[in-house]
Amino acid sequence: MEMVLSAAIGVLAASGIWLLLRPRTFQVIVGLCLLSYAVNLFIFAMGRITLGAPPIMPRGGFIDPTAYADPLPQALVLTAIVISFATTALFLVVMIASRGLTGTDHVDGQEREP
Amino acid sequence: MSLGPEHLIIAPILIPFFAGALMLVYDERQRRAKLTISLVAVVASLLTAVELLIRSKGSELTGNNDIGFYLLGDWAAPYGIVLVVDRLSAMMLVLTGLLALPALLYAAAGWHRQGQHFHSLFQFLLMGVNGAFLTGDLFNLFVFFEVLLAASYGLLLHGGGQLRVRGGLHYIAINLTGSLLFLIGVSLVYGATGTLNMAQLSMIVPVLPEARLPMFHAGAAIMGLAFLIKAGIWPMSFWLPTAYMAGAAPVAAMFAIMTKVGVYVILRLSFLVFGAGAGASAGFGAEVLIAGGMATVAFGFLGVLASQGLGRMAAHLVLVSSGTVLAAGGFVLAGGGAQIFAAALFYLLSSTLAISALFLLIEPMSREDGGIAALLALTADAYGLDEREEDRQPEVGLAIPGTLTVLGLSFGACVIALAGLPPLSGFIGKIGILQGLLTEGAATPALSWAFVALLILSGFATLVGLVRVGIQTFWATEGEPPRVLALEIAPVVALIALLIVLTIKADVTLGYMRDTAEAVSQPSIYAEGVLGAPRAAEGEASE
Repeated sequence: MEMVLSAAIGVLAASGIWLLLRPRTFQVIVGLCLLSYAVNLFIFAMGRITLGAPPIMPRGGFIDPTAYADPLPQALVLTAIVISFATTALFLVVMIASRGLTGTDHVDGQEREP
Repeated sequence: MSLGPEHLIIAPILIPFFAGALMLVYDERQRRAKLTISLVAVVASLLTAVELLIRSKGSELTGNNDIGFYLLGDWAAPYGIVLVVDRLSAMMLVLTGLLALPALLYAAAGWHRQGQHFHSLFQFLLMGVNGAFLTGDLFNLFVFFEVLLAASYGLLLHGGGQLRVRGGLHYIAINLTGSLLFLIGVSLVYGATGTLNMAQLSMIVPVLPEARLPMFHAGAAIMGLAFLIKAGIWPMSFWLPTAYMAGAAPVAAMFAIMTKVGVYVILRLSFLVFGAGAGASAGFGAEVLIAGGMATVAFGFLGVLASQGLGRMAAHLVLVSSGTVLAAGGFVLAGGGAQIFAAALFYLLSSTLAISALFLLIEPMSREDGGIAALLALTADAYGLDEREEDRQPEVGLAIPGTLTVLGLSFGACVIALAGLPPLSGFIGKIGILQGLLTEGAATPALSWAFVALLILSGFATLVGLVRVGIQTFWATEGEPPRVLALEIAPVVALIALLIVLTIKADVTLGYMRDTAEAVSQPSIYAEGVLGAPRAAEGEASE
């Protein structure tokens, strides 16, 4: 389980960084998306991996916290997903505006001289 | 629930939030109404900030540092999000208000007509900045960073045009990546310590098991990287000049505070978590701050010398300013005395005000043909940039007489303050840092001397660069002087008047800074205060 999760995070992050460094705006935004997936999974994993355990504890009485998942990273990841989704959408708008104004999808707004 | 004075702490966040939201329902044509709401909100935030500042001074009993708390949702401190106001954050709140008011007035002279929702975005930016200064929780800090960044994306693109969209594209890409780094850092810190509360963090770090230290340090370093990107440290500062230069004048003037948000967070967290009492982690990152800050100053002043346009020059001056404060912070973290810290805070205040005034001056100075405008066009040609495309609407308003004289005097004041020459406040800040470095030298003497040399050199380079532009604009111009509205020059004069007040009242301000520095260097005051903050419903029976 740990291996699968860490491999998934690693592959997503590596592909994201590679795409982020590419010169086309579309590649950059796909890279940012992949990177944010990797980060979201990473935040989730920081609450320790627990299988089949609920994140909400019952009311009252003494309970064994090890039988429950950490609820905080789940809340954090939800916030992070929403925020990165919104900012990526905003970035997309700027990208389209840049494409319309410059006529090229290069991140610098002009093609590199050959 | 009573609206007692304790609720004042959340006011700097709520006032801009409600003002910004309210203005969204107004039609874009009702600018006068929007402007009124905006002005009322900014003045109200400023007054609140001043009140918080006065309150945070405290008395002798509380070590001259009264910390105010606000438990959101009345959850006890480590479990819920807490807002904290102490001397440092109150000072930054006041600085934000002092920058916002002139920028808004300047925008009222015409810039707010150039695009949509200027005033709402401006208020949301203020909300994010104020929130980042107030929050005592790492993840909440991330949320406020996103608020201020989202607003800044919109503001940077305000006015449109190819140059802005291109600069904005880089700016957004860099900041999105920075935010992802921030998230990785926050989650690593949470994984290692199990808390996101800054106060609890500073209590846990000294007793952290050795096996968890590497993970915690890695998290703190990655998080620090995110803040340093925002503070514009070399080599992560190449986005900054293009972005700041592309922004409209009032936007750029407000952006002067944005690098300082990064600097503030670095200082706050470093002293809280890696202060002298942090055991194995004490002084973590001080070398990076010193080296990075010095490299930033060097890059900044070389940039000032190499720049052709005044806009690019001012953007590089932002780098010099934040690099100086970062390096000084590093020296203090490495064991330097409170004197350097106090002087660095004073310098931060003075240089931010001066840079903001300079950004507001750029546009009137380069308005007509000739002088700097011709130079700008030349640069634009050489770099393949397009000229500004705004077709300004015919201006109505009072134009000032003796334009060149007023502009020239204001510009001269900015130069003096930024280069750190007597008699203005930049000199006091710089001389304080130099004195602290030489007397209480924390790091190796070689390093201290290198920083001393860099500081003096950067002042000299600033002087050379700005005077060159000044001569071309004011002495070598021909033809009609530009037409400048009173509403455009008044904010600049107000900012310069603030600098003069800062100079005359330097003993009071420096005294405040010294106490601030002492208080920030003792994280236990902050930590114990926050964790012991009383809940409003303490007496009620809990289920």
